[in-house]
Amino acid sequence: MAVHVQNKRKLFLDSYHQTNRAQRSREREAVAFIFSGEGGEVICSRRLDHRTIQIFDRQLMELSEHIKTANVEDAVLRQPLHPAARGTLCVTGHHLLFSDREESSPQHFLLLLRNIDAIEKRMSGSSGTITIKCKDLCVLQLDIPGMEQCLNIARSIETLSCLENVSEMYPFFYRPSDQSLKDQWGLSSTEKHYSQMTDLHDRWRVSSVNRDYSVCPTYPQAVIVPKDINDEMLVKAAKFRHGGRFPVLCYYHRKNGMVIMRSSQPLTGANRKRCREDELLLQAVIDGSDKGYIIDTRSSQQAQQARMTGGGFESKSCYSCWKRLHRQVERGKALQESLIKLVEACGNDSHNMDRWLSKLENSKWLSHVQTALSTAGLLAECVERDGHSVLVHCSEGTDSTLLISTVAQLIMDPCCRTLEGFLALLEREWVQAGHPFQKRCAHSAYSHARLQQESPVFLLLLDCVWQLLHQFPLALGFSEALLLRLATEAYASSYGTFLCNSDKERCVSRVKEKTLCLFQALLRPKERRCYANPLYERTELAIWPSVHPQSLQLWRGYFLRWTQQARHLEEAQEEIRNMVILWEKMALT
Amino acid sequence: MEHLRTPKVENVHLLDRSSGQRRASVGTLYLSATHSIFVEDNPETRKETWVLHSMVNSVEMPSNSPAGSQLILRCKDFRVLQILIPQERDCLDIHASLVRLSRPEKYSELYCLSFNPNVNKEEREESWSFIDLMSDYRRMGVPNNLWVMTAANSEYRVCDTYPSELFVPKSAAPTIITGSSRFRSRGRFPVLSYFHQDTLAAVCRCSQPLSGFSGRCQEDEMMLQAVMRSNPGSDFIYVVDTRPKLNAMANRAAGKGYENEDHYTNIKLQFIGIENIHVMRSSQQKIIDVGEMRSPSMTDFLWGLENSGWLKHIKAILDAGVFIARAVADEGISVLVHCSDGWDRTTQACSVASLLLDPYYRTIRGLMVLIEKDWISFGHKFSHRYAHLDGDPKEVSPVMDQFLECVWQLSEQFPCAFEFNERFLLTIHTHVYSCQYGTFLGNSQRERKELRLPERTHSVWSQLWKDRVDFRNPLFKADLSQSQRVLRPNTTPYCFKMWKGLYSHIDKSMPPCQSPADFLSAMREESQQLEEELTNHQEVPPGGAAHHHPGSRQEDSGADRAANRVGED
Repeated sequence: MAVHVQNKRKLFLDSYHQTNRAQRSREREAVAFIFSGEGGEVICSRRLDHRTIQIFDRQLMELSEHIKTANVEDAVLRQPLHPAARGTLCVTGHHLLFSDREESSPQHFLLLLRNIDAIEKRMSGSSGTITIKCKDLCVLQLDIPGMEQCLNIARSIETLSCLENVSEMYPFFYRPSDQSLKDQWGLSSTEKHYSQMTDLHDRWRVSSVNRDYSVCPTYPQAVIVPKDINDEMLVKAAKFRHGGRFPVLCYYHRKNGMVIMRSSQPLTGANRKRCREDELLLQAVIDGSDKGYIIDTRSSQQAQQARMTGGGFESKSCYSCWKRLHRQVERGKALQESLIKLVEACGNDSHNMDRWLSKLENSKWLSHVQTALSTAGLLAECVERDGHSVLVHCSEGTDSTLLISTVAQLIMDPCCRTLEGFLALLEREWVQAGHPFQKRCAHSAYSHARLQQESPVFLLLLDCVWQLLHQFPLALGFSEALLLRLATEAYASSYGTFLCNSDKERCVSRVKEKTLCLFQALLRPKERRCYANPLYERTELAIWPSVHPQSLQLWRGYFLRWTQQARHLEEAQEEIRNMVILWEKMALT
Repeated sequence: MEHLRTPKVENVHLLDRSSGQRRASVGTLYLSATHSIFVEDNPETRKETWVLHSMVNSVEMPSNSPAGSQLILRCKDFRVLQILIPQERDCLDIHASLVRLSRPEKYSELYCLSFNPNVNKEEREESWSFIDLMSDYRRMGVPNNLWVMTAANSEYRVCDTYPSELFVPKSAAPTIITGSSRFRSRGRFPVLSYFHQDTLAAVCRCSQPLSGFSGRCQEDEMMLQAVMRSNPGSDFIYVVDTRPKLNAMANRAAGKGYENEDHYTNIKLQFIGIENIHVMRSSQQKIIDVGEMRSPSMTDFLWGLENSGWLKHIKAILDAGVFIARAVADEGISVLVHCSDGWDRTTQACSVASLLLDPYYRTIRGLMVLIEKDWISFGHKFSHRYAHLDGDPKEVSPVMDQFLECVWQLSEQFPCAFEFNERFLLTIHTHVYSCQYGTFLGNSQRERKELRLPERTHSVWSQLWKDRVDFRNPLFKADLSQSQRVLRPNTTPYCFKMWKGLYSHIDKSMPPCQSPADFLSAMREESQQLEEELTNHQEVPPGGAAHHHPGSRQEDSGADRAANRVGED
């Protein structure tokens, strides 16, 4: 217990006054960073002047052609929870920068252009108003004098907020003075993960069959597979799976030796094709025990229909030891539309109670949270309570598959519930496992652009994790603030972690050499203080979430983030933090 | 005791889902004059479940199953107990006894008259003087040169549902008071409810005027003038009619209604639209049903929530409070609040407004004072509304439930602003119904005096004060901005949630060791102890106290709460 107290003390003792300032100082640093060149030298941190902007822009020649008006004097910025401010607006290659006129304490406001989801412009007389709707759900308004200036700014924002070329994006230019490209990128690797789980070494191996990404373009170079299955067989099994995503291990349950595998759908097609190697692979997984479960996150009807387009499911006759369960977890377009409806409902204060509740119901977002949590609960039940291994997949195996396996691991494994453990889990199950972040998070709820492959699967994951945190406030080592930060960073970031759609793409764009890693940054001591849960008490038990509708709540911290209400809740969090610090001080004296 | 035909039945199955039970336990059921007591057979636990007869709302006997006869007890705190009795005859006896015992016909049958905690006469008398309303009026600064006490109602002659001690504008002469009272429903003339020292504006309450379509009363008009003059510098008052305008207009046909702005100069009339007690009663039944749904889909649940209309009503009450608080604190304008009789919606609106205006009412003792003042002393009809005696079911309505829920909704929005926790609100809720203490008995101050309750029963307030450690919100901090001065809640629909603690008894999946409040309470308590130790003894054995984790304490309190009693402390 004494050790525990000391650890906590270490974590929180000094943070007493700093936590509150962390957010502000981060913003200030950001202002500084934007002016720092490749060398990391801060040119200007406080005052804005025209020349500095131009120096900065010279590094971004290609982008500056999109900037017709770089500076606007006498603009007015209106943001939620702040009084309107008058000052200077600048557009740079990647940011909107606003600094107010208060000579005594100039305030800077910095917005990553990538964070802008949609803009609306309205002209009246000689001036114009641009409403900026951000991907983090913040809505801002800029009053700009001069019609031409206003149109220029709007045009710049429209172009620069949705750059297609990865190497032009901000993470490739972000060079804060206290972080270096030489720092380690990422927290772990398949090999390292494997080496930590010594129990599975006699039956499982690391295969580098995908070292050049030729077997499966969306998998990492190394994957964990049964020892009995050689690389040649893997290549054949991969040909039988959608996108080459053959079954690989994603979780080993130490208590009973059972595993979670994930993959994409088998390509059985209309004529019920079979693949001997795929069957052997799965046979090798349950080797010895009587059966395993396959959780297909589509309805059985959807799975049947998939055969018409070359997909399919594992039939009972070919995979006799596997029992298939269908649970429809929504993804893709339906999920994106759900988010759009929910955000629309939350953004309108004039609804009466009936209208609000029916809009909330109609958005179906909470239903999706419920299904995701209950399906993950089912998966965890199979592994932890019934003692069976499970294969989980949907069609592509890059969305709801990852969602379900991640939440199930959080339910079962206390190691995933620490701050490091959780970030490592996200790295493994989302970044390395090939969730197409760039496609899914190209736009959020406000965009008028035609939907392409946007879908808030990752946001749904964060919501599920928040529900866990809400139901088990002491069991997770990280706080709501971390989930909010991740939700923001997934859509627009200074870091390279969520760039691209797969490990292969990151390799091609040299993301790991040319950008900084978010997960590493979040684990630095001063960041850690904001993101650790002061109430955390490690429990070895599984945390079974209740999926009863009464137990699930709207994630107010995210969806109502820019309202006064969220401020009061933050104040309470702050108070909890202070109390824990005080208690630890007392306990130690 | 004549109603007890079968005092004891063995081999009874009890399922109490509200305590997280999934499987029925087997034991013996005892019936006493005051309680049903179920004792588990399991020799290790011998867990006891106590249900006060007065907490039983209904006893149903659905069709028999092969295993025996079933009884379903629905309690007034919305717990549902399922009992399976092997012999049909026993079941019929128990049913008949419970039906009778749960519906006492006379005050003398009520539990509070037999409840005898281990205290002497002095302590009992002290318990009744624990809350002193006059000192609260002094605290808010009255009497003063604007508001004075009137003796007009000292014998309850002007208004038998008002308290004997009332504050009125200094300029309101006795003739104005009596004249005005004759023009108001049930004689409930305008009196002071809360005086806001910062702005000198006041919250006043009354019932509807007996105006009909064209009636007017000079004294009543002068009374409202006097209310306005008691707020120097203001040139009008708000008259808040908490009813929907349509209802208020309909009342005119019955010779009642609302103030005609042509006759009353310098008033601004405002309708809020809180529905009447009948609408509220059926709405609550619907939300109870939502809380009892076994495994609804999210759609069923949200649809049920919407269809119940409950949160809409809670919002309307809170909106009324917000309107009054804003007028008083921001505009410095006095407000006169009424509905029809001025004892339900008016009480809700005034007490919510006071809670928003004055941080004192957000403390443990302050909430007691507020309830004593706005609810008990001003003649909220507790015995009728909460069916203390078998009577007209149309009089029953969850008026107090709604007020407590408003407080809870506010505490969810301002987690650091209230000294008490949810448990305090739930305990008050239980005792409003339980009849264990005399505090909430009767329908008016006069009735309580006639019943000689202070001599024959105990007051709940001093008991709650003794238990205040259990009711403390560890996050309450008087120096935080949200704890100070006027609360300005957001009443956008998305700020409201279903009060799971009251209505949901199905799903208590969170283990007690996962409650941050308990963790923090234990921690805060320990910090204080350590602090005391430090000041008392400069030398503390090194590390001695640090090894004790608050968690161990909190498991104890969890076990206490698991003791499975209804209407018992």
